[in-house]
Parts: sequence; structure tokens; C-alpha cells
Amino acid sequence: MMTAALFWTPFLAVSVSALAGLAIFIAGEERARLRIGLNLTAAVLKLVLVSLIGILVLQGYEPEFRFSLVPGLDLVLRADALSLLFASLSAVLWLVTTVYAIAYLERSPNRARFFGFFSLCVTATMGISMAGNLLTFFIFYELLTLTTWPLVVHTGTAAAVRSGAKYLRYTLTGGAFFLIGLIWLYGITGPQGFSPGGTLTAYAGEYRNSLQIIFFLLAAGLGVKAALFPLHGWLPAAMVAPAPVSALLHAVAVVKAGAFGLIRLVEDVYGSSLLTELSLDVPLMSIAAFTILYGSFQALRQIDLKKRLAFSTVSQVSYIILGIAIGGPIATIGGLVHLVHQGVMKIILFFCAGIFANLLGAKRIDQLDGIGRRMPWTSTCFTIGALGMVGLPPIAGFISKWYLGAGAVADSHEWIIAVLVLSTLLNASYFLPVLKRIWLHAPPDEWPAEVVVGKMEIGGLVGPAIVAAALALSMGVLAGHPLSPLSWVRDIVGAYSP
Amino acid sequence: MTTEALALIVFLPLLAAVGSLVLPRPALGVMIRIGLLPLPILLLVPTVEVVRNGGYRVMMAGYDAPLGISWQLDPLSLLMLWLNVGMTIFVSLHASFSFPADHPKADRFWPLWLMLFSAMNALLLSADLFNIYVTLELVTLTAIGLIAIEGKSLALRAAMRYLLLALLGSLLYLLGVGLMYGQTGVLDLYLMAEYLSTGWLAPTAIAIMLVGLLIKAAIFPLHAWLPAAHGNAPGPVSAILSAMVVKVSIYLIWRIWFWTLADWELEHAARLLGILGALAILYGSLAALVQQRLKMVIAYSTVAQLGYLLLVIPLANSLAFQAGSYHLLSHGLAKAAMFLAAANILRSVGTDRLSRLAGVDQRLPLDVFALALGGVSIMGLPPSGGFLAKWLFLQAAWQAQAWEFVLLIATGGLLAAAYLFRVLAVVCLHPRHRRHLPPPNRVPDLASIAALLLAVAAILAGFTSAPVLNLVQSGLPPGLLP
Amino acid sequence: MDSATLYVLAAAVLFGLGLDGLIVCEHLMRKLFALNIMGSAIFILLVATSAPINDKPDPVPQALVLTGIVVAVSATAFGLALIVRLCRESGKATLSVDDEPENDD
Repeated sequence: MMTAALFWTPFLAVSVSALAGLAIFIAGEERARLRIGLNLTAAVLKLVLVSLIGILVLQGYEPEFRFSLVPGLDLVLRADALSLLFASLSAVLWLVTTVYAIAYLERSPNRARFFGFFSLCVTATMGISMAGNLLTFFIFYELLTLTTWPLVVHTGTAAAVRSGAKYLRYTLTGGAFFLIGLIWLYGITGPQGFSPGGTLTAYAGEYRNSLQIIFFLLAAGLGVKAALFPLHGWLPAAMVAPAPVSALLHAVAVVKAGAFGLIRLVEDVYGSSLLTELSLDVPLMSIAAFTILYGSFQALRQIDLKKRLAFSTVSQVSYIILGIAIGGPIATIGGLVHLVHQGVMKIILFFCAGIFANLLGAKRIDQLDGIGRRMPWTSTCFTIGALGMVGLPPIAGFISKWYLGAGAVADSHEWIIAVLVLSTLLNASYFLPVLKRIWLHAPPDEWPAEVVVGKMEIGGLVGPAIVAAALALSMGVLAGHPLSPLSWVRDIVGAYSP
Repeated sequence: MTTEALALIVFLPLLAAVGSLVLPRPALGVMIRIGLLPLPILLLVPTVEVVRNGGYRVMMAGYDAPLGISWQLDPLSLLMLWLNVGMTIFVSLHASFSFPADHPKADRFWPLWLMLFSAMNALLLSADLFNIYVTLELVTLTAIGLIAIEGKSLALRAAMRYLLLALLGSLLYLLGVGLMYGQTGVLDLYLMAEYLSTGWLAPTAIAIMLVGLLIKAAIFPLHAWLPAAHGNAPGPVSAILSAMVVKVSIYLIWRIWFWTLADWELEHAARLLGILGALAILYGSLAALVQQRLKMVIAYSTVAQLGYLLLVIPLANSLAFQAGSYHLLSHGLAKAAMFLAAANILRSVGTDRLSRLAGVDQRLPLDVFALALGGVSIMGLPPSGGFLAKWLFLQAAWQAQAWEFVLLIATGGLLAAAYLFRVLAVVCLHPRHRRHLPPPNRVPDLASIAALLLAVAAILAGFTSAPVLNLVQSGLPPGLLP
Repeated sequence: MDSATLYVLAAAVLFGLGLDGLIVCEHLMRKLFALNIMGSAIFILLVATSAPINDKPDPVPQALVLTGIVVAVSATAFGLALIVRLCRESGKATLSVDDEPENDD
């Protein structure tokens, strides 16, 4: 019984949304109630399954599902503490985003296609979080590309299709790099699972150069999705997608898949001490630091709200990579915990941007004047998210930055502090003016494109934003609680450096 | 028992073909069923034999070689037989809607179709080079008859071009066989290896044979006949042509290369074939990228995908052989699915010009889904049979230290993604000019489901490779022991 | 020059002539004939290989040639039928016209 549970739970957690996706396709466009039912049931079910796995892991079990793809090559879904961090993030945010998306797309066409792929996309994310080796990771990583593309081109406009093509050019090329690196790595070591602290130390002497090139290939493949400079170009273009997609893509699925993959690569394949030994840590750190600043500068120049948020994502995701590249335990904690914190905060911002654009037609920043009086709840949520991004205590973002800075000092990379300070200033200078417009400017006589909607719909849009904002606040305030992301991450990092 | 089963596998479809030609129309449906449906069951007998004993050899009609004709069954031919039988049955399901019994051409289509099926089975079993010539000719002629069956001008021209080149190919093959026989005095594919002596004659003969087969396999730069022929044939015919008919020529190239020539050092020739394969991949993909019609995109994609099958020759290790076999399988499934889906789209919209297909996913969701799933496998993206084949190819190239092939395979996958997503993007575009779309012709659900089932099979092949790969592993060519 | 060489030379010449015709001639009928000539060349070659070695001619090549002729006849018949059909359809017995008429919109 117990063995069966340990074997099947990871598989079920991954496949439940795939089944939901297929059921949604089969149900078709017309049966809206059934579709909503399927969506919400699957989202709740997934949350339950992830919690179940969480309990199992807390009790010291390691649920693992194994399936042979090619003789000698397995598809492995295994839940460890790090998988759970990402899995619970996506399970929670999926539920929230589903509610939001149902309300957001209330009257638009092709909803069956949208929600079908939306579910498949979460399957891929879940698979990425539970992947037990690089091959499994790659399979779900590419599946994520495939399932997000229909969401990016969802509106069917020429601009959307162009952005979709750009998205594919970046991600599929990245995938090809990753695949070559993976073949090379497996050629040297044979198939290997993830293991805290890395598995390659034994090969470092003989294959030093190969391992360096392999790292470059794999990191390039992951860096595309994590939007590392100069591989970030697809992300602002992908802003043509509907707001729930932007929220999910940017906060959880795609960019986080890349960042999560880098975490796995650095911590569970190479190991951070080997990374230093191969002198790969400083290049990675530098690229991450540069991306942080570059993204912020670009964000400053955007007048479109979603584009500004997109460049902010480019910048923020690199905090995660910076954290693991620095490599010491404290910085790693900062990086990992930012995976969760940034996800929650960014999803608030995109929810709110979607509400502004959908209900009032306010897409540019100069159209947000006085919107705080028209939409106080949404604007409050937006403010919480924005201030969190800047790093204002007690919102979650502060904690990540604190650990990053402390970790950099501990590992005597003092220049990182300068990067962090500069980036905080930049964050403030692209978010605070928006907040000023929202709260302090006078509202216009007429909004660009106001639509009248029912109470249910408004609830479905604003509710998720409020929930996410509450989460972001409590993650900061209750950071000391044993079940908070921070404590969770401390346990994970504890396993890296015993 | 096995002998009888094998004979039935060839002669039952043949009898059904004759029956469907001479019997009145009401008997057509029965004949088709007799010719197709018992085959999977019959095939179980030789399967058991191969699994138990690794192979099976039989002299037809009791005469010894060289007068008698020998059949030889090994894991590779068994795999091909299963592929042919399975694929033909699925595609026939679709064809029964394109050419129902009351269709004016049904009484010509089905005899040819069953005859093609029978000839392919015979070819896959045959171990006799001359018998292979006869069956190959039969396959070609019936295939051309099927291409031209609707009598449309484009298809007729394509069929004519195919006929001329295919006859040239067969003649070259026959010339090679004649020269080899002159030197060795045997025609048996497997026994000939012992008698081949060194000198210029044998290599010349083999080169001539291979050129003939390369024409039939449409390998770049001898591919010119394929796109028009596959692109203009009726849907089910395109499907079986791309999925099986060109593959049997590659199968023969493998046979001759890895069995008859197992002891020969042919490094330069292998490299040359590898280069042809690489050029086929690149040229076919780039040409597919600029086509204006859906079926032409798929047809050029076949030109590209056939190139991978040639890479087995220069890589020459057991992984490459497994990769090639698996590619053969997954490409067959995916390509058949795509051609069937394209046929349904063509039938519904009235054209397969890409510029007219915007929004077609609203009308034919199942077919677009089949097209997309098949496409995923062709691109070699996980999870799909195509991905596993690509993975094995990459591993094989790594093992052979052939970096240029690693790069080539990665590039080939990206190019495939480029030309297939171009199609999918058009399909997903919002139809601004919906009035341009003519009122839909009804596509029977089962016709769509046939396409979807094949596509799903191509995806599922990404999960259950072990039976096939173990089978292939058990019958590696003599020179390629793991 | 012995007879075997003569046969081989004749076969080579015929094959060359046929190949030339296949490539150069435009009319489909001529192309088909050219293929037939090439076929004859190969049959001659095959017959040449059955030359008696120990007073006994080898029967196998002769059987092959017979079969080959049957195949060639049927292929030719099929080709002729196709040409007739093509001619009725397009009024021409050549393939020189473009395969792909551009009837875009």
C-alpha cells in the first residue's frame, strides 16, 4: 500500500492536469459549465496531491515513479524537498490563475483550446518540478514549450503569430543546445539522477574542458527560458498573450522552469563546489548581475505596463540565478526563496495589469492616472506587489534580497552588494512613479475602453489578486513559521552543505 | 505452420485483389476485409517463431536456390511487416471513406491497393535479389496506378514522372543484379556475401544497384519525383507512399549494405551516403519551408526525413541501427497521420493552399490535432517516437564521435520545427476573411479518427520503445554486434 | 574478340543509347522506348552471363530474362496507357510544362 502510494503519487500529480486538459478538449467549446468544473476540480485535486506528497516527504519518504523509455534510460518522477517547493508554488498559483482566467476569458472565443493547453502547460510544469534526472527534465521542458505556444498565439492576430514564432525560435534553439549538452554529458557519465551536491566531481579531472562546454550548452538551453541576457528577447514579445497567460508564463511556468533547471543543474548535477573548481561560477554570476541591471534599465524605458513588468521579470529572475551562482548557503537560500517570492509577487502585478486593461482599457502607464480611486482593491494589490518587488519590508521580496546580500558578503563577492543596491534603486524608479500615478494623480473624465461586467466576473478577477497579495504579505511576515517558504528553503540548502 | 502463415500473408491480399477486380461490386467490401483483417492474426505465428528462434527461412515451392525462391524472416523484416500491416489497415479505414464501394473509382482503387499491400509483404520477405526486383516493380507500378487513379492532370504528370524515374531505377537495380549473378552464380541476398570476390566488378555492380535503389528511395539529389507524386496523390495513397513505399527501398539498401556487404571496408562510400543523407535533410527541410500547399510541405518533409535513414550507414553502430529502425517506425506513423489529416482538410476546405487554411482548427479540430501531434514526432520533440529516434541517433553519433552528425540532427530538428510550426501558425490565425472559406464538405468522423489514432500511436511510441528496440537488437546485422 | 565481349559491348552501347534518349528526348513515347532499349541492353547482358562454362548453359539467367521481359512488357503497357491518358487530359505528350500551376486566388 505504502509502496504503491510512493510509486504512483508523483505520476498522478503530474498527470491529473493532463487528463483534465484532454477532457477539456473533448468536452468542446460549448459546454462551459463542464469545463469550469473540470478546471477547478483538477486544480483542487492537484493541490491535494501535492500536499499529500508534501506530507510524505516531511515524514522522510521519497516518492518515486520510474518508467523505462529506452532500455537503460528511465523517465523518473521523484519528489524531494526542492521539487515540492516548485510544485506547491505552481499548484497554488494554478488554482488562483484558473479562477482568474475563467473570469478573464468569459466572452472570448476558443476557450476550450485555451484551457486545454493551459492544463497541459501545468502538467509540464509539474513534470519539471518532479523530474528526477536531466532527461526527464528535458522531456517536460520541451513539452512546456509546445503547450505554451498555442497560448501565446491564442488571439490569432498577426502580431501574436509573429511573437509566437519568435518565442519558438528562442526556446527550440535553446532546447537543441540543451539536448546536445545532455547527449554529451550522458556520453561521459551514463544516465544519472539528481543528487544534492552534484554527481560529477569524479569526472572533473579527466573531462574538465568537456564539462565546461557541457555546462555552457545546458545553461544556454535553460537561460533562454530563464530570460538571461542575451537570450531574453522572446519574453517582452510574448506579452501579446492574454493576461492570465502572461501571469502564468512569467510568474511560474516558463521563466521559472528555466530558473529551476539552473538550480538543478548547479546544485544537483554539478554541485556548487565543482562549479567554482571549473571556474564557471563567476561567469554565471556576472551574467546574472548584468541581466538584473539590464532588465531594470529596459523596464524604465517602457511605457506599456505589461512590457515594463516583462522586463522587470527579466531582471528579477536573475536574482535566483545570482543566488545559486554565488554558491554559499546563505546566498543559495536567497536565490531559492526568491523563486517562490518573485512568483507570487509577479502574478499579483500581472493579474492587476490584466484587470486594468480588460475592464478599463488602461494599458499604458500614463493611462493609470487616478485608477486607485476607481479600483481601490486592485490598486492596493498592485501596490503590495510593486513594493515587494522593490524590496520593502515586510513584504516577501525583502527577505530574498537580504539573504542575497548577506550571502554575497559571506562569500566575499562585495561587488554584488553594489549590484543589489543599484537594482533596488532602479526597481524603485520604475515602480514608484506608477504608484504615484495610481494614487496621487487625478482620474480622467473617461477611461480608454470601459466595459460593464457582472459581480461574479469582478470577483473572479479581483479575488485571485487579493489572495496572491495576502500570500505575498504573509510569506514576508510569517517567514519564521516552520512551513513558510523560507524555512522550507533552509532545509533544502541544509542538505547541500552538510 | 509458419510457412503457411507467411504464404497467406502474401497471397491472401493478392487473392482479395483479384477477387475485388473480377467479382461484382457488392462483394467488394467482403474482399477488402478478407484481404486485410486476418493479417495481424496471421502475423502472430511468424512473430512467435522469430521471438523463439530469431528467424525463419523457407524455400518456396520446394525448389532449391537458385531456381527456387527463398524467403527469409528476421527481426527487421518482421518489424517492417508489422508496420506495413498495421499502417495499411489504419489507412484503409480512411480509404474506405475516400473510396467507398459506390465511388466510381472504387473498383480500380481497391484491387490496386490490395495488390500493393501484397507486393510489399512479398518484398519484405524475399531473400532473392531477382524476386525482389519483381516485387519492387510490382510495388512501383501499383503505387503509380494509385497516384493517377483520380485522373487529375497534376497527379497524372506526377505519376508519369515517377514512372520514368522508377523504371530507370529498376533497370539499374536489375543491371546490378545481373552483374552480381554473373560473378557469383547465386541470387540469394544472404548467401551472396560468400561468393563476392574482390576486384572492380563487384563494387561496380553494387554501386549501380544502389543508385537504382536511391532513385526509388527518393534520396537527394534523386528525389525530384517524390514531392509532386506524394503531394498530388489521393490522401490515403500519399500516406502509404510516404510511410511505407519509399521505406522499403531504404530497407533494401540496408539489407544489401549491412548483410550482403557485411565484410567489406566501404568507408568512403559510407561517407558519401552520409553526405547524401545530410543534404537530403537540409534540402528537404528548406524546400518544405517555402511550399505554398500543405501536402507539398508534408511531401518535402518526407524527402528530409528519409535522409536520417541513410545516416545509419556511415554511423554504422548498433545504436544507429536501432535509431534508424525506430525512426522508420515513428516517421511512418506520424507521416501517415499527417497525410490523412491533410486529406481531410483538403476535402473539407476544397484546397490545401496554406493561405486559405486560417481558422481551419475550428472546423476540423481532430485533424488539426492529428497534424500537430504528428508534427511533434517529426520535429523529434518529446514525448514522441520521433524524439526517441532522435535521441538514439544522437547517442549513436556521439558514440561514433561524429560531431558533424550531432550538429546535423539538431539542425534538422529545428528546421522541421520551422516548417511545421509555419503550418500550425497559419491554421491558428484568426480567419479575417471567413467568407472566403467555402461551405464545408463533410468529413466523416471516422476518417478524422483514423488520422488521430495514427498520430497518437506516434506519440505513444515515445513511451513504449522496449519491445521494438529489443526486437531490433536481437536481429542486428552481422557486422554490427553490440 | 570473343562472343562474350561482343555481347557486353553491345549491351553497353544499347544502354548508353537508351540513357541518352531518356534524358534528351522530350516526347514521352520516346522516353518510354528509350527505357525499353535500356532494358534490352540489360537482358543481353544477362543472357551473356549464361554462356556455357562446362558445355551446359546456365538456365537461371534465361529464366530471369524471360521474367524480366514480362515485367518490361507490362510496365510499358502501363506507361503507354498513362501517356494516352495524360495526352487526353492536357493535349500534350510531354512533361515540359510546369508541375505546379499557380492558381492562387
